[in-house]
Amino acid sequence: MTVTELRPPAAVANEAEPVIEAVPRKLRSFGINDWLELGASAGSAAAATGVVYLVMGWRGWLGPALWWLVLFLAIYRVVVGESNGSVAATDRVMTVIIGIGAAISVAALAWVVLFVVGKGIGKFRLSFFREDMAQVGPLDPGGGAKHAMIGTLQQVGIATAFSVPAAILTAIYLHEIKGRMSPVIRFFVDAMSGLPSIVAGLLVYTVWILRFGMGYSGFAASMALTVLMLPTVTRTAEEILRTVPDTLREAALALGAPQWRVVLRVVVPTASSGLMTAAILGVARAIGETAPVLLTAQYAAATNTNVFEGKQATLPMFVYQLIRQPNQTQIDRAWTGALTLLLMVLVLFVLARSIGERGRRKRGA
Amino acid sequence: MAANPLVQPAASGAAPGRVDAGASAIDGLAPRQIRKGATGGDRIFRGITGGVGLVSLVVVGATAGFLFLEARPALRSSGWLDFFTSSVWNSSNGNFGVAGLLIGTILIATIGLVVGTPIALATAIFINEYAPLKLRRWLVSAIDLLAALPSLIFGLWGLFALQKTLVGPAEWMGHHLSAIPIFRLSEADGSVSWSRSVFITGIVVALMIVPIVTAVSRDVMSQVPRDLVEGALALGGSRWGAVRTVILPFGRSGIVGAALLGFGRALGETIAVAIILSVSVNTNWNVLETNGGSVAGWIAIQFGEANANARSGLIAAGLALFMLTLVVNATARVIVKRTTRFA
Repeated sequence: MTVTELRPPAAVANEAEPVIEAVPRKLRSFGINDWLELGASAGSAAAATGVVYLVMGWRGWLGPALWWLVLFLAIYRVVVGESNGSVAATDRVMTVIIGIGAAISVAALAWVVLFVVGKGIGKFRLSFFREDMAQVGPLDPGGGAKHAMIGTLQQVGIATAFSVPAAILTAIYLHEIKGRMSPVIRFFVDAMSGLPSIVAGLLVYTVWILRFGMGYSGFAASMALTVLMLPTVTRTAEEILRTVPDTLREAALALGAPQWRVVLRVVVPTASSGLMTAAILGVARAIGETAPVLLTAQYAAATNTNVFEGKQATLPMFVYQLIRQPNQTQIDRAWTGALTLLLMVLVLFVLARSIGERGRRKRGA
Repeated sequence: MAANPLVQPAASGAAPGRVDAGASAIDGLAPRQIRKGATGGDRIFRGITGGVGLVSLVVVGATAGFLFLEARPALRSSGWLDFFTSSVWNSSNGNFGVAGLLIGTILIATIGLVVGTPIALATAIFINEYAPLKLRRWLVSAIDLLAALPSLIFGLWGLFALQKTLVGPAEWMGHHLSAIPIFRLSEADGSVSWSRSVFITGIVVALMIVPIVTAVSRDVMSQVPRDLVEGALALGGSRWGAVRTVILPFGRSGIVGAALLGFGRALGETIAVAIILSVSVNTNWNVLETNGGSVAGWIAIQFGEANANARSGLIAAGLALFMLTLVVNATARVIVKRTTRFA
C-alpha cells in the first residue's frame, strides 16, 4: 500500500520537469501478480521437467524433483528480476530455498515415522508383548518381544537411577556453585556428549567384562547407557537451572539460608518440571541405543529377568537381530519391534513436552 | 551502599567479616554474626556435587586408558604405523590396519556434513527469522523429535525406504559425474548395484545430524543483537539482505562450530551405518559402489564373531575413533564457545 502512496500522482507532475520516479522496492507485500509469477515459474519448470523426464526416463522421483527445483529457481529469479528488480528477486529465491530446507527436515521426520508405522502396524497386537522367542522357530506364527521389553525396562531403569541424580548434581555444580573445577567438568561433559555410542560400549566391555571378568549382563549394558545419558541430562538440566530467576535465589539467601538449602528447597523445586523433562529426554535417548547394548548385554531369545546375570535381550537388539534374518516372518517381527520402540520414544517425547510446558506456565514465563 | 545515609559505615575496628550495624539501636540485642564463608553444610554440598561432577572426567580418562591397554596387543602385532596406514584384517596372525575404515568413516561424515549443514542452516534461519510464532513452536518440536529418534530407526528407514529413492540419482552421478574422483567407478558399469553404498549412508547420516547443527546454529544466530537486524531492515534491506549481511557474518564462526559438531556426531554414527552400509575393511574411495569403510560399523558387525586377537584389533579401532571424535568435538566446542561469549 505504501508503494502507491509514495508514487507521485501523474496529474500533479510538472510536464516540463522529468519526473524521477522513486518507487520503493516491493519487499513484503505479496499480491495477485506475485502469486501469478510464482505459479507461472513453477508450472513452466514442471512442464520442462516433464519433457526431460519422458526423454531420459529417470528412476524414482528424487532426480526429477531436483531438476524441477533448479529450473524453478532459475526461472523464478529471472521473472521476479524483470518485474521487481534484482534485490527483491534474490530475496524471493532465498526465501524459497530456506523454506525448502526447513521442509526437508520436517518431511524427513514425517517420512521416517510414517514408514515405520506402516511397516509395523500389521502384526502389532497385544500377544506380541506376552510371548518371547525362546520356543519360536523362524517361520512359526506367534512369538513376540516380551523378553526384549523386560530387558529394555530393567536396563533403562537402572541407567536412569544412576545417571539422573548424578547429572542433576553435576548441573548444580556447574550452574549454582560455579566452583573452581567448573571449566574442567564442563569440558569433560562436552567431551562425553560427543562420545560415539559404540565407544561407550567398548569402555564397559574392556573394564567390566575384560578387566573385572564379569560376563555379559543387562547390568553392564545399563552402565554403558548411563555413560550416554549422563551428558545429555546434565546439559539439559543446566539449561533448566538457568531459567530459574535470580531473584528467588537472592530472596532465599537474604533470609539467611545457606546455599545448599537455597538450591535444594528453592531452586530445584522451582525447576522440578524442567528437570523431569531433562530426565525423560535422557530416557528417550537411552531406550533406542543399540550399539552399546550389542557389546555388553548382546541378545538372548529367551526371557531373562535377572539383570545381573547372563545375556539379555532389549528392544533395539531384538529389531537389529531379526531384521537381518532372511525370512519374512522374522522381518515382520522386527518391524513390529521398531514400531514399539518408536511409540515409546514418541510417548516419552510428548510427556516431556507437556510436563515442561506446564512447568513453564506455572512459573509464568 | 555507601550512598545510603541510613546505613552507617562499619567501624574501622570491626572484626573482618562481621557486620556492625548500629548495635545501640536496640538495647541488649546484639546483631547476629554473619560469616561470609561457606557454612559446614555448604562445604559438604560443594564437595558432593563437585565429586559427582568429576565422574565425567573419570569416564573420559578411563575410556582412553583402558581402551589403550586392551588395544596394545593388536597395535604391537600389526605395527603402530601400519595399523593406521594399511587396510587388512587378519585375526589369525594379528595383522590389522584401519586406513580403509578411517577413510570410509571420514567420507560418510563428509557427505553428511556437505548435505546436512545446508539443510540444517536453512531450517535454523527459517525457524529464527521467517516462521510465524505458532509455526516456530511446531518446528522446534519437530526438530527436537528428529533428534530423539533412535539411530536404529534411521538405519531401517534408510535401507528399506530411502535407498530406493537414491539409487536413481546415484546411477546418474556415476554416469555423468565420473570426472570427480569419488564418483569414478572402478568396476564395469553393469556390475554396479548402487545399493548399500557410502553415498546412501552419508545421506541418512546427514539427516541425523540436522537436529544438532540446527539447534547450535539457532543458538548462535539468536545472539545477534536485534537492533542490528532491525537496522538493516529499516534501511530498506530485504529479509534475505538482513540475513546475509548481519546474521550470517555475525554467527559465522559459531555456524562453523555447529557444522563441526555435526561432523563429530557423523563420525561416531554406528547402528544406522552398520545396517545400511556393506562394511568392508578395504580402502574404497568410490562412494557410489556397494562397499565402504566405517570404524564404528565395523566394530558393531565384527564384534560377535571376533576372537581375542580380533577383539583387541576392534578395541584399537575404537580407540582411533574415540581420539578422532574427541579432537573434532573439542575444536568445535572451542569455536562455538568463543562466538557465544563475545556475542
